This record gives sequence, C-alpha cells and structure tokens, in this order.
Amino acid sequence: MPWDEALVNSLVYDKPDPGEGRVSTYVSAVREALTLALEHDPRVFVLGQGVDDPSAMFGTTRGLQQQFGSQRVFDIPLSEEGMMGVSAGAAMNGMRPVYMHNRPDFILLAFNQLVTHAAKFHFMDNGTTDVPMVVWAAIGRGWGSGAQHSQAIHGMLLGVPGLKIVMPSTPYDAKGLLLSAIIDNNPVCVFEHRWLMKKDGVVPEGLYRVPIGKGVYRRRGKDVTIVGASHAIELGAQAASLLASEGIEAEVIDLRTVKPLDEAIVLESLKKTGRLVVVDTAWMKGGLCAEIGCLAAEKGFADLKAPVCRVGLPDVPTPAGYTLEQFYYPDAARIAAAARGIVRV
Amino acid sequence: MTIRYPYTGEGARGFDRFAQSHSGAKLLGLYRSMLRIRRIEEEIERRYHQDQMKTPIHLVIGQEATSVGCCAALGETDLLYSSHRTHGNYLAKGGDLKAMLCEMHCRINGCAGSRGGSMHLIDKRVGMAGTSAIVGGAVPIAAGAALAAQMKGEDHVVVVFLGDSTTEEGVASESLNFAALKQLPLVFFCENNFYSVQSPLATRQPARDLRTWAASYAIPAVRVDGVNVLAVLEETQTAVARARSGGGPTFIEAPVYRFRAHGGAGDDSRTGYRDVAEREAWERVDPLTLFSGFLMAGGMLDERATAVMEEALAAEIADAFELALASPIPVEADLYRHVYAD
Repeated sequence: MPWDEALVNSLVYDKPDPGEGRVSTYVSAVREALTLALEHDPRVFVLGQGVDDPSAMFGTTRGLQQQFGSQRVFDIPLSEEGMMGVSAGAAMNGMRPVYMHNRPDFILLAFNQLVTHAAKFHFMDNGTTDVPMVVWAAIGRGWGSGAQHSQAIHGMLLGVPGLKIVMPSTPYDAKGLLLSAIIDNNPVCVFEHRWLMKKDGVVPEGLYRVPIGKGVYRRRGKDVTIVGASHAIELGAQAASLLASEGIEAEVIDLRTVKPLDEAIVLESLKKTGRLVVVDTAWMKGGLCAEIGCLAAEKGFADLKAPVCRVGLPDVPTPAGYTLEQFYYPDAARIAAAARGIVRV
Repeated sequence: MTIRYPYTGEGARGFDRFAQSHSGAKLLGLYRSMLRIRRIEEEIERRYHQDQMKTPIHLVIGQEATSVGCCAALGETDLLYSSHRTHGNYLAKGGDLKAMLCEMHCRINGCAGSRGGSMHLIDKRVGMAGTSAIVGGAVPIAAGAALAAQMKGEDHVVVVFLGDSTTEEGVASESLNFAALKQLPLVFFCENNFYSVQSPLATRQPARDLRTWAASYAIPAVRVDGVNVLAVLEETQTAVARARSGGGPTFIEAPVYRFRAHGGAGDDSRTGYRDVAEREAWERVDPLTLFSGFLMAGGMLDERATAVMEEALAAEIADAFELALASPIPVEADLYRHVYAD
C-alpha cells in the first residue's frame, strides 16, 4: 500500500454524471489502456519495479501478469539506466515496451539512456530505427514525498528533440493518451499525477485514442486564459469557478501534451482574452511556464493586454513536511489571485 | 623503459591448434578482411589532416583481429552493437565502405545521412545495428535487442563490443545482471586495450581479472588472445552457439593494443602516458603480420598473392574516397528530417 494512500483517498473531486457514460476511476482507466494494448498488440510488454507486486503500481497493473504472463508483464532489477536502455533496445527491435516508474524522480537515473539514446536513435540512424517506447511515472505530492519523491521533471525534458511528453488530467485522457503513446513510434513520456488517481470520470469501453499534441478547452471565457496540464487543470478549473463568482470569465486550456506543444490553441485563446496565466505542477523557472510565456512574447505579443503570469513552484526543492508545504504548492486561490491581478491591468 | 601491459599470448604458435578446422580460402578471407580494415584505416589517417573528413576518428589499427574474428562467427541476421570505435566492427560485419566514407565526409548518402558521423556507423542490412558514443551506452541497448529476439522467438544472437573502461560503467553491470537473469542471447565482447583515452587501467580499477567482473553475475567468462584472429573466431563461435541454444550470455575478454591515439591520426605515446616501447612490443605481435607469417609459412599466402590483394584493396579504397568526395552534401531541409518517426 503506497504511504500516501490515505492522503489521496481524502481528496474530493466532482463526481461525473453517469448519464454521460460509463464512470471509471483514473487508475482503472490506466489499467484498461494497458490491458487493451497487451490484448491487441503482441509487441507490447510492461515492465517496472513492482508492476507485479500487491501494490501493482498504484493499482494500474493489477492482475496484468496473471492475465498476460510473466513474459509480458514483469518486475525488474533496480537498474533504472540499464532498464531504460533495455527498453530502448527492445523498442528498436520491434517491441513496444511500457516502462513504468513509481515516480519521475527515478527517471533521472536513466537520463543518459532516455535523453542521449532513446530520443536520438531515430535521428542518428537517419530514420532507419524507430524507438516506440513509453516511459510512465506518477508525480508525487504530499505526505512527506519531499525533495526526492515529488519532482515533476517534464520541464527538464522539454528541450530534448525526439521525445514526446503527455500529461493527462482526466481518466478519459489517461486512457486515450496512454493508448496513443503506446501506438506512437517515438519515445513518449507519460507523466501522471498521484493526486488525480482517485478522480472518477466518464471513460468509454474499448479502444479509443486522444491525439498527442492537441490541447482542449476545459472551460470557455473571454477575460483571461489559464493554461496548463495534469493536476494544474484541476486547480485551474477551481480557480475559474472562484473567478466566475466575481464576474471574471476565465478560459481553461488543458494542453494534455506538453511536447510537442499545441501552440495554436494557446495563441487562439490569447487572441481572445489578451491575458495569460500559466499553471504548472513543476518549477516555474526554465520549464513549461517559461516556454509558454516565451511563446506568448514571441508569437502573441500584439494580443497581450497584460504581462504573462506564471503560477508554479518557486525555485526551491520540495519540502517534506506539510508544515512547509502549505507555502510551497500553488492552489486555486493563488491562481485566481494571479488572474485577478492581470485582468485589472 | 616501462612496459606496463605486456603481451601475454602465444604469438604465432597460437594459430596451430585452430588452423585445421578452416579451409585455406577461409583463412585467406580472414586475412584479407583484416588487411582491408588496416589499409582503409591507414588511408583515413593519411588523409585526415586534409580536413575533408570533418569528424572525429577512432582508428582500430592494431585491433583488427577482434572485429574480424568475432564477426566471422556471426551471420547477417545476428546483430552487432558497438561503441565510438566503430570502423573495424562496421567493416567486419559487412558494412558498405562507400557509405562509411560518405558519412565521414558528411555527405547525404553517408550510412547515417551525415547525422551520425564516424562514431555512429550503421548498416542495418548486414546487422550493424547501432552504436553509442557514450561509453557503455550500447550495452543495455544490446541487451534490449537480445530481449526482443528472445521474446519473439527469433534465433539470431546479439553481440556488443565494449572496452575495458566500459566495465567501470554502472550501466554495464546492470546489463550483465539483466542478461544473466533472463539468459539473453547476448555476447559481451570486451576489447581490453588497457587505456581509456590516456588513462591506464591501473588508475581506474583495482588489480583484478576482468573476467571476475562478469563471472560474479554467473556469466561464463573467458579470455582470448586478441591478436589471434582464429582464437577470437573460435571463442566467439562457442559463445554464439551457447546464446543461440538458449544457454545465455557469455563474456569474452580480448587483450589487444591500439597502435594509435585514442582519437585522431598518429600515435600519442610520446606525450608520456604510455611508453613507446610498450607499443613497439605489441607491434611485434601485430595481428596482421602474425597471421600473414603463419599463412606464408604454411604455403597459403605468398608475396605475389599479397601484392594482388593489396592492389585490389588500393583500387577499392581509392574509388570509395573518390565517390565520397564527389557525393552531394545535405541541404537545410535535411536537418529537420527524422527527428520524429511517423
């Protein structure tokens, strides 16, 4: 049982309307994507530390080894770089590995193989090698996760050509994006967020895909654009509700993929609202916030009515204690305050 | 005069016990392959200062027997992964010389389209599957390739070339562990040339037998005379047969000497990191002269046949350089191709 289970269980989310379709938990949606991929494609296999243990990677891999056998779903040695290379090598030779990590922090041990090998081979081999692999991890938060178990590392990877990065915010997207990632012919990082895992949503049965590289409007508004991905969308939506009660209409864009970035949807919204709040689960410096801020300055400058506002983590490592953490993570109130600040400009 | 790493093999006597198992034509073919690599390397070296090859080079002069002996034990569908010192591996595996030289001249028809360079020679048609210019980088990739072969029930094996310094990389240990755990069809071929760039083995590792490193993962580990092409062939055949029959990985250590600097043209022993006398001692067991001496003594090769061979190789190499220099250079649009697969 993961140590933060009680915390994640205590989070309260809006319940979906069962009238709209089958309701599923986030974890079930991920498991369903893995199950479908394993069923439909003999090249797919799932590996990772503890994917066959009782905790089953937060439940996302529960029962898969029983169903598909230990050849296709297996536990691995504690060798992050080695197994990243093994995954890349298998992918380069006709397989489709899904390499699962408890936390993105562990992927940092494997940057050499991810960044310098998996992401480069298609280019270095002049297009003769494909590296269709998925690297999955769940960003942690709270309950003492601290500096080494809650890092969101997508910002560090944005500048790596050859990689794709998806960050779902709903059970529907978790399933659809994972299925797209597995069928993609490139290395794709799928970063989930631990706090989304008990969120319910409408999830159709069977195969469907959410396109990589396409953002989506979660809420329409005319006064300010709130853009982000993953858990930031939950916070952004809450902030938009707060703002609505004050008469400010916020538009919320869920990027769903942070690399390649859907620039068009951000610029389209900016053209309408003229104001941009970028929200991220990671550090503001040098990451997604900075990249979108730069996008607005480069390609949307004429539309800007106020400075771009970043809401993310300060340039400080994550503290372990809830006592310090309360000052660390952005929440809906801070996002709303940021939006208010630029709407009044 | 210090010879820190002396040659400890049997010299030409070492050929006797293997020669009977091969035809004369096979033996000549092996010699020709080694001679071909040597002459290509020498021509690259001779032209390097003309600056038409704007690429790093890591010459294999002195290390031809390992590439040729190992690859002679492989079929075209067997895969070879390698490091930055790729020339010998690529040529011995059957890679296209013209495409190699086009790559080294940064031409669009290079084996990697001018985006790999000399450290990244590939020719997938003949199983020259990939390389890494990061020491140890190709080792887990090769393990993954072997895992794929095992999962798909294919009967090809995978060989990965590594150097003595690779045994210091954590990822190499991780790969041994996984290969042994899964009994992968994989051969770890370690060319121990005693130096990583200019750092001798003794400053990098405690005094140990490199075989013990692999053996600690319950992997059969053998040492073979790296200047003896027949001994290398024999040991690789044994390892490949084990891998192909489901017997798992093997580690082969082949002590060998690089007669040139880590990178670039010429030898840099005079800078003082190794004694020139050490190189000269190894040159007395040059894998080519050792083998040609054996073939000549056995009446399988003579000066006339050597001259014919040399003439044909010189013409082939001159043609390939000519083609490379006349080949088109990439255009800007080529830069943006193959960042992502469709």
